[in-house]
This record gives sequence, structure tokens and C-alpha cells, in this order.
Amino acid sequence: MSSVAAAASRSTHTVEGTQVSVLRGGSGPPLLFLHGSDAFTDWQPFMAELAGRFDVIVPDHPGFGQSSTPPWLDTIGDLAHFYRAFIEALGLHDVILAGHGIGGWIACELALRDTRDLRALVLVDAAGLPLTEDGVDTFMLSPEALRKASYTDVSHAPTDDAFLAQQPKNALMTARVAWCPRFYDPQLAKWLHRLRLPALIVWGEQDAVFPPRQAETFAAAIPGARTQLVAAAGHLPHVEQPQAFAAAVAAFIQGGLK
Amino acid sequence: MKFIAFHLMPYADLDLSYTDRYESAWVTLPNSYYDPVKGHALYNRYLDELEYADQLGFDGIGINEHHQNAYGLMPTPGVIAGALARRTRGSLAVLGRALPLVNNPCVIAEEFSMIDNITGGRLIAGFVRGIGAEYHSWNMNPAFSHERFGEAHDLIVRAWTETGPFHWRGKHYDFRYVNTWPRPYQQPHPPIWIPSQGSRETIVWAAAAERKYTYLQTYSPVAAVKKFLDMYREEAQKAGYTATPEQVGWMAPVFVGETDASARAEAQPHIESFANKFLRMTPEMVRPPGYLSLASANAVLEAKSSQAGGARTIDQLIESGQLICGSAATVRDQLAEHERTLGLGHFLALLQFGTLPHEATMRNIERFARDVIPQLRARTPVTV
Repeated sequence: MSSVAAAASRSTHTVEGTQVSVLRGGSGPPLLFLHGSDAFTDWQPFMAELAGRFDVIVPDHPGFGQSSTPPWLDTIGDLAHFYRAFIEALGLHDVILAGHGIGGWIACELALRDTRDLRALVLVDAAGLPLTEDGVDTFMLSPEALRKASYTDVSHAPTDDAFLAQQPKNALMTARVAWCPRFYDPQLAKWLHRLRLPALIVWGEQDAVFPPRQAETFAAAIPGARTQLVAAAGHLPHVEQPQAFAAAVAAFIQGGLK
Repeated sequence: MKFIAFHLMPYADLDLSYTDRYESAWVTLPNSYYDPVKGHALYNRYLDELEYADQLGFDGIGINEHHQNAYGLMPTPGVIAGALARRTRGSLAVLGRALPLVNNPCVIAEEFSMIDNITGGRLIAGFVRGIGAEYHSWNMNPAFSHERFGEAHDLIVRAWTETGPFHWRGKHYDFRYVNTWPRPYQQPHPPIWIPSQGSRETIVWAAAAERKYTYLQTYSPVAAVKKFLDMYREEAQKAGYTATPEQVGWMAPVFVGETDASARAEAQPHIESFANKFLRMTPEMVRPPGYLSLASANAVLEAKSSQAGGARTIDQLIESGQLICGSAATVRDQLAEHERTLGLGHFLALLQFGTLPHEATMRNIERFARDVIPQLRARTPVTV
């Protein structure tokens, strides 16, 4: 895995009437990464790791981060339809679709609706399916407690002003799409077995938000899915262990999606 | 100025040492803290207190709705209103039903119509969004709170005023047959009051020319009451009319004693239990994401560093005006001043709060009814 960060840029695209802010860098097959409850304010080490092999595309979801909030946004399904339009608008093909948390949920919903232009799915500590054991209730935690629950090492948590300033917006939209049922859709549980795409499931071994047993739930639901646990990582293994995360993704893609 | 005796019906027997183990009296405090034998006594005690206030000449009595906490034991206010309806004479103010928490707002149209029919038109219908904590307790999405409040209100008013059946097609509700039986006694519908902690969106909405709903500022420092009631009046001016005093009110705890000193001494443990034990919530409970608009949430974020934390003392509460406490003369003088400077048309006196016992509550009701209300009614109010 190359440690050389390819040049990254932030640009804005108009899709479905929404101004979408997109981080993009690297070269190779397109890898569209859908973030979890928080948008990224800047280019992350895991993106730099991936950028050595992939054209890494990381949009702020509509209603999150620096993207505008469209009037049509009520559900995860809305975002799934949006990202189908986004892939078309950017002219992407053979996309490796990765998603963390609610981003993983969006990726599942999109892939169930339409696998055109998709090559593989990477789910990272994903939401979308009901938990078999409760994690923490992220909506009830103080910011400090949430950081402790999300990271094995809280020094990995972003605390810069730009990140904190956009948290009310990110939290509001996360609640809007995921409050009830809490971070899942019963319809997805019924139909995820219809997914026809190679899938890698990556999970932080110490995730207290969606406990690692949830990785098994996804693996059991998606035919042929491969699972990779990441040591010394909580809910955000891509942030806490960027090299291990990028290596797992690269191995999956280069190993013939098995 | 009109006077309503308001009650929260707290679980006054709460073991106040709960804070050693739990962070709030809301959402997560185990209901093993509730003893139904004590609860039986409390409900009947509280009904006696409200009936007594009605007998002593308050213009009305007021109740409200709360869920899954020790702060207020009226999850279904219609039950309490039903128990009070036939034994009272004045207005019966349900302040209010939390519209976004219900999945079928027609039940509120029905419940309020029933109360209005039984009382022969003495109902005041309050509509609220509910406390943030109740979006946790009810698992209702706070990010749809404003939308659901608006749509539920529109549906209820139409269900009261339009001959049914009609088809309600909305974003959050769709009912093929809306046909409210019984129709409300008051025509076109009972007066609608909007209690709030001071949400700008709510104030703008209530003051709109097509509504002109009475806005009630709930338990707040006087400076905040002034700010929000002025905001209401300014919004009314923007909407092309001048708000009357009857369109604004305030709810505050009151304790009337023999002297200022004895009132303070008697009220102290009970108002401090109210402020520090019964109202105890985490910021995440009070403001779940989306409960406030993004603009309001960002304002809260900016104001956070300036907010004073920690327990409240009775002196702080008296100083800020959140508690009105003293001899009858002191309480009269303060209320007369508030009526003048705040332009109040309605004052809702919370005469039981926290752990305040029955006998003290009854004396408080008596003194307020005997030594405060008549004297204030007799004067000619001069408002700003």
C-alpha cells in the first residue's frame, strides 16, 4: 500500500437540486466512500492510504457537513436514490461502494435497488440491520461519552472547530434518517439476502456502538460476504487503523473479490 | 389578569437520593422508584387541591402531559380532566397535549371534544411539542417534531370545524375518514393556547394573524418571559395587528407565606427539589437532535460556554423571578409589577412544586385565592 497521499481536492457538484461537497483524490478504480453520522472536514489518512490504488470519492451526504439540505430528504432510502443519481452525474462505472455506519446502510439500500455501475460493496461497522445486542444509545451520550464509546483511543477523535461547528447539522440529519427504528430498517433485514454483489464486511473489534456480533449478522445476511475484524479499533476502524483498513480493502479487491 | 391554578402532579414521594445512582428523573429513572400505594394517595390529593382552587375562585385550573418521569404523573391528561370535569366550575385548561408524540392526532380532537362537551365549553385546549426527553421516552423522531406539530394542529382544527367525513392527506398522517364525534361544544372550536419555553418558531407561528393563539411562557426567568412575550407582540405587529393582553401569559411557581422570611424558609426545600431533582435532565435529553431548528441548535452551541451550571438555590430562583415567593403583599406587588411590565393577560400559578406537602399546598392555594387574586382583580391594570 502506497503511503504517498495523492493530491486531494474539495469540489461542489449539483445533483438532484442539492449542492454536494465532495473530497476526491488518487487514481485507479473509483471508490465511493459514504460517511457515517459525521461528515469529514478534510482529507483523512485512510483516504490517503486508499488513494494510492483508487480514485477516492468522499461526498458529504445531502444535509450533512458542507452539502446543502434538500427538501426531499427524510429517509435513508432517499439518500440511496440520491447516490444512484450521483454515480450517474459523475459518470462513474465499476464503483467500489464503501460505507460506514449510516453510510453502510445507504450502500446496502442502493445496492439492493440497482447494481448497475457497482463492482463491490464494503461495509464498515454498518447500520441498517437490527442489533442482536444493544450498543450504547449515541443520542443520549454527552460529546465526551460519545467519543469514549466510539474510539478505543479518544485522541483519534476529531475535536477541531470546523468539525464541532458542523455537528448540530450532522446530528440533526442523522436523527432525521435513523431515529426510529433506531439505525435500522426492517425491510432491509427481509431483503438483504437478495444482494448480488461481492461484499466485504469490516468491523472494529471493540465497537461499542454497533457491537462486533453485528458483523456476523451482516455476513449471514449477504450471500458470500467476507468478514474482516480490525484490532485496536472501535466504531471507526478506518480512522483508528487507516493502514489496516486500506490493506483489507485492497486485499479484497485485488484478491478477486473473495 | 386572569388566574389559573396549575398543577404538574409530580411524584412528590420521590427518593431524592436517586441522584446518587441516576442522572435524571426522566427517561432512565427506573419505575421501581414509583410506589402505586403512594401514587394512589397523590393522585387523589392533587385532584383535591385543584378542586379546592376552583372552589376558592380561581378563573380556572390547569393540567398538562408528561411521560415516563417523576416530574409529572399525567401521561394521559384526559383522564385527569375527566376526573375534574364534573366537580369544577371554572375553565379547565389542558396545557397541553403533545401533538407530535401521537400517531393519530384525531384522538386528541376526540378527547378535547369530550372534555368540552362534558364541561359545557369550559375547555382551554393547549397544544405543545412535548419536552425533548419525551422524544427519547416515546422514541418519536425529534427531527420531525415541528413538521408533525404543524400538520397535527391543522388536522385537529379541521376535524373540529369541518363537517365529516373528509379525507386527510398529509405528509405525516393520512386518514381516509375523519369524522369527529363528538364535535366540540365551543364554536368554532375551544380556545387554543400554546405553552412554550421560548422557541422563536413557535412564537412566530402562534402570533400569526390566522391563529392569534394565546402564548404561554412556561417556568422561566422574568427577563426571558419579557423577551419572549415582547417577541410575540412584535410578531403580531409584523402580522398587521396589535396583540391583546389576553394573548399572552406566564406560568410560574408561587409560594405565599405569612411573611417573606417564613415563606422563603417553608418553600426552600421544595422548590430546590423541583429545580434540582424533578427537573434534572442531561443536555442530550433536553435537546435531542432536531428538536430545535438548526439555527436554534447552533445558537445553543454558541451560548453553551456562557451558561452557568450547578444546582439552583431558592435565592437564585427568587432573584431571577422564576419563583414568586413571600408574604401576600410581596406576591401581590410582584404580580402587579409583572402584569404591568410584561403585559400579562393570564397568570398560571404553580402552587404545588417538587415535594411541597398537601397542607402547605392547601394553605398556599388559600392565601393566593384570598389575599392575592381579589386585590389584583380590584385594581385597574396599567399595562405597557
